Amino acid sequence: MTSTETRPSTMIGRSVLRREDRRLLTGAATYLDDLELPGCYEAAFVRSPHAAARIVSIDTSAAAAMPGVIGVWTGADLPEIAKGIPPKVVHPQLRDVPRMPLPADFVKFVGEPVAVVVATSRYVAEDALDLVEVEYDVLPAVSSTGAALADGAPLIHEGADDNVAVHVVQTAGDPAAAMAAAPHRLRERFSVTRGGGHSMETRGVAARFDPTTEQLVVWDTTQSPHYVRNTLAHLYDMPEDGIRVVAPPDVGGGFGPKAQFYGEEAVIPWVARLLRNPVKWIEDRRENFVATMMERTQVHDVEIGFDDDGHILAIRNVFEHDQGAYCAGLQVPMITLSTLPGQYRIPNIHTELIACYTNMVPTSSVRGAGRPQAVVAMERMVDRAAEHLGMDPVEFRRRNLVQADEFPYRVGLTFRDGSPLTYDSGNFPLLMDETLAAFDYSGERERQTAARAEGRLVGIGVAAYVEGCGLGPYEGSRYRLLNDGTILVTLAAAPQGQGYETVYAQIAADALGMDMDLIRVTTGDTGRIPFGQGTFASRNTATAGPATLQAGDEMRGKILQVAEAMLKTSAASLEIHGDRVSVADDPSRSVTLREIAGAANVGKHGITLAPGILPGLETTVYFAPERAAYASGTHAVAVEIDPETGAIDVLRYVIGHDCGNVMNPMLVDGQVLGGFAHGIGNAMYEEPFYDETGQPQSTSYLDYSLPSSMEVPPVELVHIHTPSPLNPLGAKGAGEGGTIPVPAAIANAVEDALRPFGARITSLPITPPKIVDALSTDDLDGTGPWHG
Amino acid sequence: MKPGRFTYHAPRTVADALAVLGEHAGDAKVLAGGQSLMPLLNFRVSEPGHLVDINRLPDLSEPVRTATGWHVPALVRQRAVERSAALSGAFPLLEAALHEVAHPQIRNRGTLCGSLAHADAAAELPTVVTALDGRLRIASPRGERTVAAEDFFVFHLTTALADDELLLGVDLDDLPAGTTTSFHEFAGRRGDFALAAVAGQATRDATGVVTRCRLVAAGVGSTPLRLRAAEEGLLGARLDDSALAAAARAAAHEARPTGDVHASAGYRRDLVATLTRRVLADIAAAVPTSVPTEELTHA
Ligand SMILES: Cc1cc2nc3c(=O)[nH]c(=O)nc-3n(C[C@H](O)[C@H](O)[C@H](O)COP(=O)(O)OP(=O)(O)OC[C@H]3O[C@@H](n4cnc5c(N)ncnc54)[C@H](O)[C@@H]3O)c2cc1C
Repeated sequence: MTSTETRPSTMIGRSVLRREDRRLLTGAATYLDDLELPGCYEAAFVRSPHAAARIVSIDTSAAAAMPGVIGVWTGADLPEIAKGIPPKVVHPQLRDVPRMPLPADFVKFVGEPVAVVVATSRYVAEDALDLVEVEYDVLPAVSSTGAALADGAPLIHEGADDNVAVHVVQTAGDPAAAMAAAPHRLRERFSVTRGGGHSMETRGVAARFDPTTEQLVVWDTTQSPHYVRNTLAHLYDMPEDGIRVVAPPDVGGGFGPKAQFYGEEAVIPWVARLLRNPVKWIEDRRENFVATMMERTQVHDVEIGFDDDGHILAIRNVFEHDQGAYCAGLQVPMITLSTLPGQYRIPNIHTELIACYTNMVPTSSVRGAGRPQAVVAMERMVDRAAEHLGMDPVEFRRRNLVQADEFPYRVGLTFRDGSPLTYDSGNFPLLMDETLAAFDYSGERERQTAARAEGRLVGIGVAAYVEGCGLGPYEGSRYRLLNDGTILVTLAAAPQGQGYETVYAQIAADALGMDMDLIRVTTGDTGRIPFGQGTFASRNTATAGPATLQAGDEMRGKILQVAEAMLKTSAASLEIHGDRVSVADDPSRSVTLREIAGAANVGKHGITLAPGILPGLETTVYFAPERAAYASGTHAVAVEIDPETGAIDVLRYVIGHDCGNVMNPMLVDGQVLGGFAHGIGNAMYEEPFYDETGQPQSTSYLDYSLPSSMEVPPVELVHIHTPSPLNPLGAKGAGEGGTIPVPAAIANAVEDALRPFGARITSLPITPPKIVDALSTDDLDGTGPWHG
Repeated sequence: MKPGRFTYHAPRTVADALAVLGEHAGDAKVLAGGQSLMPLLNFRVSEPGHLVDINRLPDLSEPVRTATGWHVPALVRQRAVERSAALSGAFPLLEAALHEVAHPQIRNRGTLCGSLAHADAAAELPTVVTALDGRLRIASPRGERTVAAEDFFVFHLTTALADDELLLGVDLDDLPAGTTTSFHEFAGRRGDFALAAVAGQATRDATGVVTRCRLVAAGVGSTPLRLRAAEEGLLGARLDDSALAAAARAAAHEARPTGDVHASAGYRRDLVATLTRRVLADIAAAVPTSVPTEELTHA
């Protein structure tokens, strides 16, 4: 057997154009709402208008009687599925509160579904929503972590003493003693708001039940079809093989919120089963604003201790995390906890999480997932410390970076996958050098000095980060030689635009030593591969990638073994060219892949296989990484502020990025740039507003400032590649790095621009009014804006 | 986000349109470009029983030269205004403001008159038409009437139009010789409604003294807001730094902003001062375009 020979990479690492693009660009993509399900009914949800209330009664009779309405169900009408949806990531101390698909007694946030209307069309269903009469007994609500944690705050969930969901402390070294002994200590309080995922395609579920086979098929715009299937099997008390969950190949964006499970996903298939008729629900944008999870605000109290030479001696960060009305999972704050130290060697660390319930839609990961907030806490304090010492902030960073020869580097904390926080590989000093060389840091400082002399407010910001990515537990890849002689690669993970059909065909082509043309990739269907986790946490290239490599390698071995038997030769001398396996020194002796499939897979009815022919050419490999890999990056930005309006003009932006070995550079650049747009939104635009009663105030794009192409400035990209030793591809994650340090970098630059006035920026996003405020609260020299 | 039930009418003549409006007065809405109305219908903020689509009415799609200037009828799209050399030549304010209105896709459908009839207090076009002292031609089953822009805008999203009236178009007079205009806006994002905007025109005599002046702000009142104190202070003055500063102060005083999640009232007030000063600085720096060259050489 020769399948372990190393063949040169020919496809991996190339900027192959995406196979998906033709259908996406010609409008031929199939999104959930494009599925043709003849006779399908459409659903709409009655949603709570109150942030906290007891449901006194629900009268559905008028709605049910409306022509075109098929049925109306409340939580009380569906006792079979009245089970709590388990949180995705838990902690032993989590005080979990059941999140019901349709709550029957209490509503805890505006937008929470309380009844479903199924009708012949969505128009009729929406007409009927107005006829469902719900009587609420309105209760006091809480809409910030501050209000939730205040003495005497209204209790969001009955039977508890307070609104704390979980309180976790992690330490490394002796942070209390080190802080007390530090020659310099600085403190600040930062609030960091993150927005939602705002995928172009909203959530959606369609389902059809076949009573003959008792098969329930569910189409779902989810990032995690297997997770949805497992959760449905649990809620419905059905065997998982009775449920097939399919994420259509063209899901229009996920970004985190679609990796969660929502009540609507439990209700729609269930009513399709009750009705024996297909039912679909496509979330509209208004529902998306109130009922799809988002990340929202964290409040960080951070203190840094350092010496005269600019060595960080200790960091202490205590932060409040808004969990929303229920805990859908603790992944976000757990990631924040461990992301704090970033690229720095910090001997003493105290990182503390207080997650609390509030009367707002539950929170979940959104691209970056808890990391941007930690990076703000760390990188803003690094700038403050440098300022305090009168040291260049880049020099301060250089003095504290983990060095290239210190990997694997043990931080002393625990990552959210449960492993000791260990950076697998990286080269932070090189990343800093390359980024700042591209940025022309010293040149930018000179231009800043010249601009200041003219009275212009120009500032420079740098921010560095690490990103735990490529998380477990595992991801799988399944190969099958089809009867026509082509290869089908099946992944459990569901793409939302990343180009899996292309990238995994590249990896498979190299693993098989075959042309990409003969390889097709299919994704996101629990009927095609039994186990899977999904697309989140920048994980798939580092998990499904190695699985695809190894399964392909095994498949090549099997193909060659069968060819060897068919050609009566030794596999050592076989080669694959196009659709043919031939003897290396005698190409006239060959078999086609179609003939191999005929011999091994199709066979002859009742006839014994010839010796050496393997029955059924298929391989499945699940790859489980030992622990998370660490991608890293450094961003540098120059901004100019208009002191009168507070407008921020981004003059230059350079991203230095290290995601290990790259499968397709063009797609990685796309991920980084897309992530950057999210970062710009977090830094300068996006904020989901709620008033004190928990009413959302930004429920359309009129009020929610998603950046458009006009707001996202040009970026220059710099890549370095330190392979991960944790997987055979050396890959790390690339999906979130573009986002993570942008708020910190922009905030550092803005504060640097305002330094002549000593104005402080402590809350993100940074909007023009906040800048004008920061300029006018300090007693300035009269050049600031006019106040009447 | 599906509209409620309505009956759709697509009249072919103004008379028919007015008849439908008259018959269902109070329960009918005019549909022009649909860029403001359709979102309101989809949000079910507005649930009229009848929609009167005026897009098939004849002779309302091209600007018309009049004795004193231009008439822009109801179906002239915002993009057409922006691209019309004649209109942007005569009224650079229109083009400048249109660059800040939404995005090209929306301006391709949205009409100038639809924006006036919609009367969002933060919209650019009502402000500019007020600054240009436009007159609105209005028809109803009772006949036609003309209303000055300043009297047309009553409140945020409320105009002088009665339920059964149709806005036929707007008349804009050519600017007198020696007039310069400027528009400045500040918005959260490109294409957003204004946090504040100021449209201005000033006529100066050969010695640079302001003889005529009009300043109107958007986003800081319940209608386009005439900045009368600022205007008055400028009459008879030259546009030097102190005149600009005084006008900016006066403008900030007379602005009537309210705060919301995006910006405080104080911030918007500051913006009015800044934008007023910038508008006037532009005017001061510009060679008045409509001054005949002979006059300029004599000055
Ligand atoms: C994403 C987006 C961004 C936008 N940004 C801006 C912006 O920055 N600034 C801005 O000013 N606008 C903005 N708009 C609104 C846009 O300019 C609209 O086109 C305009 O407000 C309405 O014009 P319309 O022709 O589309 O009118 P419609 O939407 O058809 O009608 C609007 C209202 O006016 C009434 N109406 C229309 N025509 C007549 C008539 N002839 N007689 C009587 N009543 C009439 C209708 O009954 C309705 O009440 C934006 C719109 C969108 C969708």
